[in-house]
Amino acid sequence: MALPKYTEPHYRIWHYFYLLICGCVFFFLIAPLFVIFPLSFNAEEFLVFSDGMKRLDPDAFSLRWYKDMIYGTKNPWGLAARNSFIIAIFATLGSIILGTLAALGLSSRHMPYKGLIMAILISPMIVPLIISGVAIFFFMAKVGLAATHLGIILAHIILGTPFVVITVTATLSGFDHSITRAASSLGSSPYNTFMKITLPLILPGVISGGLFAFVTSFDEVVVVLFLAGLDNTTIPIQMWTGLREQLSPTILAVATCLILLSVFILLTAELLRRRSERLRGINR
Amino acid sequence: MSSETEKILTTDGIPLEESLKQAEKKNKIKAFLLVAPLLLFLIITYMIPIGDMFSRSIDDKMVTNMLPKTYKAMENWDGKELPPEEVFEAFYLDYKILVKNKTAGKLQTQLNYEKNGFKSVLKKLARKQKKFEEGNYKEQIMKVHKRWRNVEYWRAIKRRAPSYTYSKYLKGVDMYSNEDGKIVQVSEDRRIHRILWIRTVEVAFFVTLFCFLMAYPIAHLLATLPMKYSNLLMICVLLPFWTSLLVRTASWMILLQQQGIVNDFFVWTGLVADDNRPEMMYNKTGTYVAMTQILLPFMVLPLYSVMKTISPSLMRAGKSLGATPAVAFFKVYFPLTIPGIGAGCLLVFILAIGYYITPALVGGASGTLISNQIAYHMKSTLDWSFASAMGLMLLTGVLVIYWIYNKLVGVDNIKLG
Repeated sequence: MALPKYTEPHYRIWHYFYLLICGCVFFFLIAPLFVIFPLSFNAEEFLVFSDGMKRLDPDAFSLRWYKDMIYGTKNPWGLAARNSFIIAIFATLGSIILGTLAALGLSSRHMPYKGLIMAILISPMIVPLIISGVAIFFFMAKVGLAATHLGIILAHIILGTPFVVITVTATLSGFDHSITRAASSLGSSPYNTFMKITLPLILPGVISGGLFAFVTSFDEVVVVLFLAGLDNTTIPIQMWTGLREQLSPTILAVATCLILLSVFILLTAELLRRRSERLRGINR
Repeated sequence: MSSETEKILTTDGIPLEESLKQAEKKNKIKAFLLVAPLLLFLIITYMIPIGDMFSRSIDDKMVTNMLPKTYKAMENWDGKELPPEEVFEAFYLDYKILVKNKTAGKLQTQLNYEKNGFKSVLKKLARKQKKFEEGNYKEQIMKVHKRWRNVEYWRAIKRRAPSYTYSKYLKGVDMYSNEDGKIVQVSEDRRIHRILWIRTVEVAFFVTLFCFLMAYPIAHLLATLPMKYSNLLMICVLLPFWTSLLVRTASWMILLQQQGIVNDFFVWTGLVADDNRPEMMYNKTGTYVAMTQILLPFMVLPLYSVMKTISPSLMRAGKSLGATPAVAFFKVYFPLTIPGIGAGCLLVFILAIGYYITPALVGGASGTLISNQIAYHMKSTLDWSFASAMGLMLLTGVLVIYWIYNKLVGVDNIKLG
């Protein structure tokens, strides 16, 4: 953003000040994440940069905490990771199926009470998590699903579907319904039309909604705190307990892995968004 | 014009209008069937349980279930004078069962809430009632303790008759209904909930404000920079957005601790002395800083998506018509961004007002919010009806904000990414 030559001096100053502020805000946003990397390689037990680290002494760095994360005797991370992935994968699948179906129905122009139904479907996103947690806990306790994987998966489907509904509805808003009509007029069955025509076109929306649902489930603490028993511990639960009791460098090793995971998810989401925009003809 | 003969018929011989209506109806049912699974699922597992929270929060059947005969006998008693013999008899019979089942203690506590000093009277009755003879229970009970002659105590029992109560809601705002049935505030040193409500709203408000002040310039920069630069900078917004909340909270815990980097920096610049490092965590400061950073992306993204649609030529037009950059900004650019501001502020405020994890970890005692109190009653005191009542009060607040927003800006104007 080079300024034109005729810019007046006071405006020039203001402009650089504005860039400075923006720089500070970007720094504020991203810098905290980068503190975790170096500290997770700390050879010592403390969560501060040791003198050795400041001198970049190789002896001050080690993979000790990563080893502890994977091989540590009392460490619950293996079980937690397995539970987290199982729960998140099934919750994502459930959210995708229920959410996509609902979005297809909602974007039909024949749908009655659209506003009301949409409000109900996205309510889990608006209601504060703690209230959702209390309500879902009461339900699961009543039907005997508290402290089971199934109960947590169902809870995460509740929290994940709004994202799928929103992203798929958005994708469908640019959808040309005459294509499906053309397919039916050529003798395709509704199921066939959906699989061959509609689904490939809305797939980016479905997947990015699914990504949201996955992250929501993978990162969810509040509801799981109410629902989980000892066998259903997840990564967020372990981090939560760890952070409350004692901040150990092992947590930072886990956190580093989670950041890498989110980089991967971010890249996927970005690629999907661009593909979706290209397919919908929104080119800028 | 439209006589019977002129009606257009389909090939099946049905009037076209009717055939169309049937097809529409079919489509309606089809659309509804697609939505039905999710709708039913959410209603059963989510909407009804929230309603259940309400019935739980007003549920007060404990005393009613303990004294069924008494309340039945009391139906005809006007409460002006001492109750008749059958009330005494019913109470004696009810109480006898409670003493036998060893559950009289609960009743004593509950009635003592209603009338101070009830506990000792009831305890004495529990001891003496074993020697009671059949008949004329009024005399016998009144002989045990002179307070049984006081109509106040019987009124206290009657007051507990309704099987529902709104006392949990009163407790949520530090009030209670006293012996005369008047609603009064609790004594000053016990008003903890009101402080929490005020603090929650205050934190949510300021976090929203800080987020807005920080997000506006960078959203503007992202929207005006050429694509190849803005995509790169967008990562700074999106990476935190996709990163686990706990990871981000953990990084703030490292940064803000007393030997942490922020404090090191302050010492290095000479702002504070090394032996006088300020506490930045486990108080409100920690909550503010961490929550602002965590919620910032939720403000940037809606602002960005609105600013992206504003043509730069509008500002140029304003300037060419003689407006200074500042005037052009406030008269042209700013009003166009209001839908984005509205969406971002609503999102951040609603998220902030129900925040639980971050305040619990970095907030300490002075930085916890209403959600922490709800969780505390759910997990520690097990007073679920109180937790439900507080949760519903919070929910009502959120819905009111949502409603006001809808009136002012319109929910349709929300844009997410």
